Amino acid sequence: MSAIRSYNVSLLQQLESEAIYVLRETAAQFRNPALLFSGGKDSIVMAWLARKAFHPARLPFTLLHVDTGHNFPETLVYRDEFVQTIGANLKVASVQDSIDQGRVVEEKGHRASRNKLQTVTLLDAVSDNKFDACLGGGRRDEEKARAKERFFSHRNDFGQWDPKNQRPELWNLFNGRMHEGEQFRVFPLSNWTEMDVWLYIRQENIPLPNIYFSHQRRVFQRDGSWLDAETGYAQPQPDEPILEKTMRFRTIGDVTCTGAVESPAATLDDIIAEVAAARQTERGTRADDQRSESAMEDRKKEGYF
Amino acid sequence: MDLLRFTTAGSVDDGKSTLIGRLLYDSKSIFEDQLAAVERFSKKRGDEHVDLALLTDGLRAEREQGITIDVAYRYFATPRRKFIIADTPGHIQYTRNMVTGASTANLAIILIDARKGVIEQTCRHAFLANLLRIQHVVIAINKMDLVDYSEAKFEEIKEAFQCFASRLDNLVEMTFIPISALKGDNVVDKSEAMPWYQGPTLLYHLETVYVGTTENHVEARFPVQWVIRPQSDEWHDFRGFSGRVAGGVFKPGDAVTVLPSGFQSKIKEIHTADGPLEEAYSPLSVTLLLEDEIDTSRGDMIVKANNPPQVGQDIEAMICWFGEKPLNPRGRFILRHTSREVQAVIKEVKYKVNINTLHKIEDDLEFRMNDIGRLSIRTSAPVIFDPYSKNRITGSFILIDAGTNETVAAGMIRG
Ligand SMILES: Nc1nc2c(ncn2[C@@H]2O[C@H](COP(=O)(O)OP(=O)(O)O)[C@@H](O)[C@H]2O)c(=O)[nH]1
Ligand SMILES: [Mg+2]
Repeated sequence: MSAIRSYNVSLLQQLESEAIYVLRETAAQFRNPALLFSGGKDSIVMAWLARKAFHPARLPFTLLHVDTGHNFPETLVYRDEFVQTIGANLKVASVQDSIDQGRVVEEKGHRASRNKLQTVTLLDAVSDNKFDACLGGGRRDEEKARAKERFFSHRNDFGQWDPKNQRPELWNLFNGRMHEGEQFRVFPLSNWTEMDVWLYIRQENIPLPNIYFSHQRRVFQRDGSWLDAETGYAQPQPDEPILEKTMRFRTIGDVTCTGAVESPAATLDDIIAEVAAARQTERGTRADDQRSESAMEDRKKEGYF
Repeated sequence: MDLLRFTTAGSVDDGKSTLIGRLLYDSKSIFEDQLAAVERFSKKRGDEHVDLALLTDGLRAEREQGITIDVAYRYFATPRRKFIIADTPGHIQYTRNMVTGASTANLAIILIDARKGVIEQTCRHAFLANLLRIQHVVIAINKMDLVDYSEAKFEEIKEAFQCFASRLDNLVEMTFIPISALKGDNVVDKSEAMPWYQGPTLLYHLETVYVGTTENHVEARFPVQWVIRPQSDEWHDFRGFSGRVAGGVFKPGDAVTVLPSGFQSKIKEIHTADGPLEEAYSPLSVTLLLEDEIDTSRGDMIVKANNPPQVGQDIEAMICWFGEKPLNPRGRFILRHTSREVQAVIKEVKYKVNINTLHKIEDDLEFRMNDIGRLSIRTSAPVIFDPYSKNRITGSFILIDAGTNETVAAGMIRG
């Protein structure tokens, strides 16, 4: 045996270790953290990692689903099963309740979206439950404003992000100190790319909502995106014909603003091959980001994830 | 696949963001919708050509002013390597953001504007890279298109930089590359305008440079982050200490000491959700089970007997001051080091460093924003540490202002 040996750590092992480190720091530095769980692949991977980080104990986080009410039914079924499998506690904060309570006003017209409204629902849930940190599955490679995020992202007492004045974050030393009423958003998957997420899902054999895989779906086209015509949440106009196509989703969010992509990818291997060859970003399918040049930054400043 | 983390440095407008944009663009790592968005914005702003800096300048204020304010992280991969890039700002008032990007990097690209040569920011950034122990530096002499691709100019700048850098002791390797980030010369493709340059293109260099690990695999260090005590019948007696290995190798059966208490025990098991491991080393996150019930909690460190770390309340360190207000030598601070948080006071301000001459400044000891120098610190409770030169994790700390909760300094412990 030679005295010098190398300690190889694969890229996925590095990312997993880093995310687990961040999750444990979150549990240790905050009184009452929540893990934002949407049923999308990033939040699934984050919850999976949280289970691993504290194994064999239960998650020291509440899972919080900010529910716009416009869900793919498959996502809800999946959500409830998954939560049960990992033995977590789920709280649902509903945009519909915020509307009923007059906290927000529903947008009008066929392009109405509840995406903007969910910020209020989230912030209300944070203050009602006295959460002092919310773990989000955001990745820096997703979007240009997210590329600027810290792991521990400080928010003022209105939940707002001040991107021009972020705390320096050196090495792996996270400063989670805050004054009463302030909050944090924490992003354990900051350094993961879309490809890393898929490779990890394959490695760990993590079950996913089946709409991530290719299936027949009735859709219509708007602003270059294919929107769902089956759930009834997105409303096709007379000049937006409904077609049946072989589709899958690259991201899953509110039905009215998540576009499907045409794809025959039926397995994780197919999806990985597809992601490797993709010429469009995954958020290119998200109408919520396309609303303006700085849509994501503006929403984050308002207190969105 | 192998991972390289690198950071950019250099003064404002030297072309850092353009260079990253060029690297992404020429290596075909840009998506069509990203490029379309950048083209739209460039056109709207009235740029002459598509401004590739917009690929990393993601904040509205950055795009409007055409500057970088905070670090942006970008990711790309070639068949040879995967890269994490931190694109950092050059303005002196954003130095803390530059240091943020550099603190996790293995390599730094320092840009120099060929028309201006070595300037104060070049020296500052080279000094910081050296202080943070980034051992590999690429000096990219940019905007060669504006100096007629002159070899003489390149050589002149190279010499000036070498003269300054000869006094920086930690830089292991320096590579000089003449480029034009705007036109793409020597970034991904070899320049036809500079036949006199025989070296590698920037991307080729990044793909092939041998970067030894920054992990320490000798002295065993395990800062305890969290104690796992499942409240369940199945795992009734389970008591695990979770953390990320910060140095060395741990194996079941190893004799270990818990610091600062000094209690001794043996490792019973290295637990993970996927089953026990036969060994754990940096940077793996695991959970250690010990043979004996000993009082251990967050902030403690599990170590092996050979080459133990220092345990003490007095720390000598180089710091970089980030606070907007000058350091108040009588201020109250929180010192965060690994998973431990203690109170701290400044015992003595020793000197500041003049980054141009690298001389000590001893007659003006007020640390203003971005000043670098040496302090003695006294803590309220023992800290378990190594010199930064031996271990980046157990040798680094931050100071937090106890009143505002802001991170006001980065510290590197001296041996
Ligand atoms: N002529 C020329 N201009 C460049 C080159 N690289 C960058 N620039 C320009 O220099 C300006 C500043 O570039 P930017 O990338 O924002 O600099 P940063 O502040 O270092 O990030 C922009 O107008 C760029 O188009 C180059 O190689 N040649
Ligand atoms: Mg820039």
